Amino acid sequence: MNSSIKNALTMLRLSVNNHPGVMSHICGLFAGRAYNLEGILVTPEAGGATCRMWLVVKDDGRMDQIIKQVSKLHDVLDVRVGQAEPAVFSKLAGCLEH
Amino acid sequence: MLRLSGAELTIRLLENQGVTCIAGIPGGFNLPLYDALGRSGKIRHVLARHEQGAGFMAQGMARVSGRPGVLFATSGPGATNTLTALADARMDSVPLVCITGQVPQSMIGTDAFQEVDIYGMSIPATKHNFLVRSPEELPKVIAEAFSIAVSDRPGPVLVDIPRDVQVAAAGVDCLPEPGKASPMPEPDSAALSRAAELLNAAERPLLLIGGGTSSPQAAAAVLEFIEQQHIPAVMSLQGLGVVPHGHEMAVGMLGMHGARASNMLVEECDVLVVVGARLGDRATGRLDSFCPKSGLIHIDIDASEVGKLRMPQVGLTADATQALRLLMPLLQPRRRDCWLDRVADCKVTHGLRFDREDDILSPYGIIRHVADLLTDEAVIATDVGQHQMRVAQAYPMSRPRQWLTSGGLGTMGFGLPAAIGAALELRGGTAVCFTGDGSLLMNIQEMATAAETGANVKIILCNNNGLGLVQQQQDLFFDGRITCSAYTTRTDFVQIAKGFGLPAARLNTEKDPQRVLKEFLAKPGPCLIEVQVRAEDKVFPMVPPGAANSQMIEGSPL
Repeated sequence: MNSSIKNALTMLRLSVNNHPGVMSHICGLFAGRAYNLEGILVTPEAGGATCRMWLVVKDDGRMDQIIKQVSKLHDVLDVRVGQAEPAVFSKLAGCLEH
Repeated sequence: MLRLSGAELTIRLLENQGVTCIAGIPGGFNLPLYDALGRSGKIRHVLARHEQGAGFMAQGMARVSGRPGVLFATSGPGATNTLTALADARMDSVPLVCITGQVPQSMIGTDAFQEVDIYGMSIPATKHNFLVRSPEELPKVIAEAFSIAVSDRPGPVLVDIPRDVQVAAAGVDCLPEPGKASPMPEPDSAALSRAAELLNAAERPLLLIGGGTSSPQAAAAVLEFIEQQHIPAVMSLQGLGVVPHGHEMAVGMLGMHGARASNMLVEECDVLVVVGARLGDRATGRLDSFCPKSGLIHIDIDASEVGKLRMPQVGLTADATQALRLLMPLLQPRRRDCWLDRVADCKVTHGLRFDREDDILSPYGIIRHVADLLTDEAVIATDVGQHQMRVAQAYPMSRPRQWLTSGGLGTMGFGLPAAIGAALELRGGTAVCFTGDGSLLMNIQEMATAAETGANVKIILCNNNGLGLVQQQQDLFFDGRITCSAYTTRTDFVQIAKGFGLPAARLNTEKDPQRVLKEFLAKPGPCLIEVQVRAEDKVFPMVPPGAANSQMIEGSPL
């Protein structure tokens, strides 16, 4: 990953309800609004009632609009920007190579 | 504790929500729901002839009442047939609750008979959707569905209920509180002050009002605002009727087929206050040429609309009524006489003029004559096409929720079922459906529903034997090649309407068309009145698609 692209990537940390279909809502929103998802990582939290979702998106100046659109989804409980540990994805990339 | 089946519980929950009428069609996988509905006694059912028709009937009910319209469809094709009406409701922010039957959970994913993933398919067409997995979920899901449909920016919600959930027994202690609108966000006071500052400094302020102001409360606030502040208003397609036609401060519709005066004044204003409008491309024209010199204050309940297409100087995520009421005391009352003179002059010089308005057999004339025979009580629905734009331009709309049209999605086939829903909601009040032959053909089967329910729907068919607005664009922008948009056979709509059991007349062959129109409009129940028009008669003015609003094309001088 070259540094200029890396710099343009932003992490979104969502907390979402955990039931079938939530991923479709989120991925569908990104596809339908013509935003690309560069990376996605989901882990259960709160005993499985909710999930933490890390999204990597390119910040091409539309971040404010992306956040507003994602926040509108009924199953999205919380959206934070740039709170992510970028290492999460680096470590994951290492795992995926094996 | 109550022991009910999932289907009985669903119907109880709908009664609990105050639902009194449902449009829909039964089928294999929602029959338990229908059986329970048949034993309800509190909810009327309107049997549509196509689920899309049911969806638009529910929209008609919702658009005139402001409460969620409810529709039922079975699984598979029944469910997919609702999608256009759901997408339409999403674009125009209409509250709907669509309840679909689904194959039993054990069969989901097996390509069972009439199985379709309507949950997945309806995600982009709805505000939210649910797949119910047990009858115990129903109280929460139904209340939430109604709450989501009416909260903030209203919209459609789909609830998919598998057949096994409908027949399973559920124990319920008591019914939940009905789902209702959640409280609106408080407008940010700093943003309100900045908006007031901008407006107080403005020499040429203008309001742009949209469908977000179409509740009676919001319309009253808009009226008070423009009268108290002497600020003129232009309307988007969905904003028509919010300020009564002919009001001193009303300029008219802006955009592609709006008045040149409206488009000119938007360009000349120094502050544009956009209230409950989403700056759709049909309203703004080329966005980089839309009010290029003015400051923008955008008030919308949907935070994502603020800054979506145009970054405003001040964005207010708020209910229109509340925002306007809080803004008013912050403004210095003043008359900007120079600007008001310019607006008045522009309205006279560049307002809309309608061709052959006196001739009942002309496209604008039929609108004028219908309007003259009706009171403000009548609801005016349209389909999509030349007739729609002419009605938007020429019908004297005078109150909110009087005007039902498919704006965002532009759905041909909207008009007749929406008018039926409106007429049923009004319990006998008149609903007019202005339509074209192309549009009417797309949901013509609902004439049977109109006949069966006796809905007081007056279908005014402007028949040009083709797709007029398509031909207009082909003529203007495709070197006059009229490709695949003129019908080569003539359909006898009068005979078809009669076949469905509707009285019908062709005004062109009547000796006294005025008298016939008057009689038909006065007689309760559905009917069809046809006027032959020419597809060559274009709707002007027009902004070419993709052009700036300042590049309006005018018709030939009258």
